Amino acid sequence: MEASFSGTGRLPAAFLTPGSSSFLDFLAAHQPELLPGRRNLPAGVQPLEAPHGTTIVAATFDGGVLLAGDRRATMGNIIAQRDIEKVFPADEYSAVGIAGTAGLAVEMVRLFQLELEHYEKIEGTSLSLEGKANRLTTMIRGNLGMAMQGLAVVPMFAGYDLELGRGRIFTYDVTGGRSEETGFAATGSGSLFAKGSLKKLYRSDLTAESAATVVIQALYDAADDDSATGGPDLTRRIFPIVSVITEEGFRRLGDAEVGELAEAVLGHRLEQPDGPQAPML
Amino acid sequence: MSTPFYVSPQQAMADRAEYARKGIARGRSVVVLTYADGIVFVAENTSRALHKVSEIYDRIAFAAVGRYNEFENLRIGGVRYADLRGYSYDRADVNARGLANVYAQTLGTIFSSTGEKPYEVELIVAEVGKNPGDDQIYRLTPDGSVVDEHGSVAVGGNAESIANYLDQRHEEGLTLPEALKLAVDSLARDPNGGTARTMTPDQLEVAVLDRGRWQQRKFKRLLGTQLARLLEGDASAATDDDATPPAADGAPEGE
Repeated sequence: MEASFSGTGRLPAAFLTPGSSSFLDFLAAHQPELLPGRRNLPAGVQPLEAPHGTTIVAATFDGGVLLAGDRRATMGNIIAQRDIEKVFPADEYSAVGIAGTAGLAVEMVRLFQLELEHYEKIEGTSLSLEGKANRLTTMIRGNLGMAMQGLAVVPMFAGYDLELGRGRIFTYDVTGGRSEETGFAATGSGSLFAKGSLKKLYRSDLTAESAATVVIQALYDAADDDSATGGPDLTRRIFPIVSVITEEGFRRLGDAEVGELAEAVLGHRLEQPDGPQAPML
Repeated sequence: MSTPFYVSPQQAMADRAEYARKGIARGRSVVVLTYADGIVFVAENTSRALHKVSEIYDRIAFAAVGRYNEFENLRIGGVRYADLRGYSYDRADVNARGLANVYAQTLGTIFSSTGEKPYEVELIVAEVGKNPGDDQIYRLTPDGSVVDEHGSVAVGGNAESIANYLDQRHEEGLTLPEALKLAVDSLARDPNGGTARTMTPDQLEVAVLDRGRWQQRKFKRLLGTQLARLLEGDASAATDDDATPPAADGAPEGE
């Protein structure tokens, strides 16, 4: 970065140009090579083998929203990492979970967090929840070139809408297409199984704690049928990351707290390996 | 052909310095002082929208007096500089010294370039450390000088008399209400020895860099009732729910 400063060491003109409150726009104008999606890849090369993050689930409850993810990253048939973190706070009232190429996704999250913080500092106020969700769309769209070479990033965004007074969930596709989900959502390789599980377990009158159990059940079901999703690891005490966003802000549940819920889920699965059964009619 | 008048470099620089000084002296003052748990910024400012004190980064804040559009530009430049640096390296690698240096170079180049008018601004860049001894306060003048300040500093209209007043009374380890009272007294004082004005919370813009906050970002504006209580000397208003994270190990991670 220092190299981009002029000989006198004064701030280059781009730094002092008024107008944009977006860090992304500033980077694009000043140092576009730092943007994750702007790197040129050689054409026609086979997709890279890089670690992939897998399943993210979210569920709303009365007074907030919950976003959770398993801890596994895979590279082909290999488990690349068993304690990867895929759910991050985006700012005080929102969180982002990532599925897809882990390296790019983590960088995208870093940039997204910075984008929101930068806006807040420049403008003195935070973006609306819709505004934040739209910024994420822009970032995913910027990554389309990489996605077409097999390095896709598919995040999920959840936050507490202070205007509407409820939790909201947004999912994305690789092209940046955004859709708001009602109740619950899942993304990543195990999402089919997680979604099936959520569909049977989700109710609109959940509390934060029961919603946490529901998402842990869903992640267990995903891990049960998808080799790329990791289940709760009792021997190493590695549990899913569960974050709760309410009017009071973002909070990541402690390992002890999640461990207790995960153990309760496992306890029941010892008797009923397929998990709780929904009524037939 | 007319010959241009010869103006000695000394005279040219003195004129520019005088021009900038006059611009700054027109504005109201800002004072910055250290207290036991951090650094407090107090500005006389009735506007809720146009800030004189702002956050730059996790531990760094900015205060300015003078021409609004000029210091606002510098503020945005500083936020961009800090965010870019933190993104390229790490959040821990952004510090006030580096920022003060960049501001000094920027102001200095503008001051001595004949094509540009000097900026009519005076800035303060402060960083709160892990311990009171690590706190840093830098004052930047329009000609690009950096002054490393200790304890207290004032810029703007009656800066000199306010700074003298603060120097005599400021000491290490003040509580927040004590530091705030000292700051407000120094601003309210009549430099000509008349009776002091009374200042209400509406006339003040107050912010702190509080090293006790569990959040990564230590900057916090003090507003409304909390500010009013602190001004009345209520020390319990200094600690609000920010002092502890919402859960035992719930501090945000992953940044």
